[in-house]
Amino acid sequence: MTTVVFIIVLVIFAASLYDAGGTTMDPCLESMKTASLPDLPYAYDALEPVISEEIMRLHHQKHHQTYVTQYNKALNSLRSAMADGDHSAVVKLQSLIKFNGGGHVNHAIFWKNLAPVHEGGGKPPHDPLSSAIDAHFGSLEGLIQKMNAEGAAVQGSGWVWLGLDRELKRLVVETTANQDPLVTKGTHLVPLIGIDVWEHAYYPQYKNARAEYLKNIWSVINWKYAADIFEKHSRDLDTN
Amino acid sequence: MHLNYQKAEPSIKLKTHTDSTGVCSPHLSLKLELQSQSMAASIAVTANYVLQPPPYALDALEPHMSKQTLEFHWGKHHRAYVDNLKKQVLGTDLEGKPLDHIINKTYNNGDLLPAFNNAAQAWNHEFFWESMKPNGGGKPSGELLALLERDFTSYEKFYEEFNAAAATQFGAGWAWLAYANDKLKVVKTPNAVNPLVLGSFPLLTIDVWEHAYYLDFQNRRPDYIKTFMNNLVSWEAVSARLEAAKVASSSSA
Repeated sequence: MTTVVFIIVLVIFAASLYDAGGTTMDPCLESMKTASLPDLPYAYDALEPVISEEIMRLHHQKHHQTYVTQYNKALNSLRSAMADGDHSAVVKLQSLIKFNGGGHVNHAIFWKNLAPVHEGGGKPPHDPLSSAIDAHFGSLEGLIQKMNAEGAAVQGSGWVWLGLDRELKRLVVETTANQDPLVTKGTHLVPLIGIDVWEHAYYPQYKNARAEYLKNIWSVINWKYAADIFEKHSRDLDTN
Repeated sequence: MHLNYQKAEPSIKLKTHTDSTGVCSPHLSLKLELQSQSMAASIAVTANYVLQPPPYALDALEPHMSKQTLEFHWGKHHRAYVDNLKKQVLGTDLEGKPLDHIINKTYNNGDLLPAFNNAAQAWNHEFFWESMKPNGGGKPSGELLALLERDFTSYEKFYEEFNAAAATQFGAGWAWLAYANDKLKVVKTPNAVNPLVLGSFPLLTIDVWEHAYYLDFQNRRPDYIKTFMNNLVSWEAVSARLEAAKVASSSSA
């Protein structure tokens, strides 16, 4: 009897060693978390009249959701391609991951960059960000003008950013195309404020008047979020 | 301010056509300009820096493309490209040059110069309006159908490929049916880029910038593309352009 049990145990042990797929999946990849649509930190109509409820619903529930869905789909394909050692497929998937993953990353920041007026939207930033803005751009108005000019000049779809260059220890204004995150302009860049200038961000309400959208959005920009990130990084930079 | 428009020789003008209701459209005229020095002989839609109206009333494409869309897309977006182009070339060596010359020059082998966006978009939009007609869409016939079947195995395969190109162009851009080396192909381009600068003859285009469909379809770009294919495409325009392209490529060979 014990021999039979022993053989059974041996068989089970041997079976656990044998992987029918040929390669074992890295457990890290298998447990990789998928992206999910973050909740909006305020009601869909909370940014009226600057950004309409219609836009907020479409932008969050359709556009951002689609980026999340397609990103997860691409990640799934990536897992399979890596498991199969299909390097061609791995490389080919990069543009889909960059586009949809970037779309997810950028919009997740964007919702936090905005706040209803009664929750501080539009209220100028506190120090040390406030002083840094004055030092780099002359004034908050100067920064806003620069971002609006660069945002208006983006051809096609993209974003305009206020970023912190951790390496050079200074603030920068940058634009990125399509859904490229700010890091594509420099790995040492930290996004503080991003403004979506894709047409879907403003079209139902502003139509072709992107400049007007840019002028108005500052009354719902959540400077507290940007200032908190800046402060955290400034502390880190100072202790280096 | 008079802008000198240089007429390139030789030129073949296709006369306007009379549509099914007996209305003669004054705007559907293509002037062929052969540029022996450039890589691609181009079919120049000679906007002459003038905002040409579409060859139909702004509400004529309803319900597939709304009057409101035409009012903004043509009345604001297209108009701005033309107006801004005029301002941009004033006092430069591009001033007074034909539109396709400006496009090729400012494309600059992909390292775009400032006037490219306005010039190419002015051209692209006039080409787009003329790619559509009221009660358009569906399957073409005759030689065009035969060529589509030859180069895509079937009209359905072409439809799929054109749809996929239009749907998968990231961000802003265009999808095209183009002709080069005696072959039809589907091409997608970003932002303002068009097949002229890529060495092929454009035959058909769909604008997939969000402003082209957002008022009517919001985020639903695939629905917009299907509506365009099923209800708006002017195969007559495509056929005329194909004929012109064949003549141009055999002349410059």
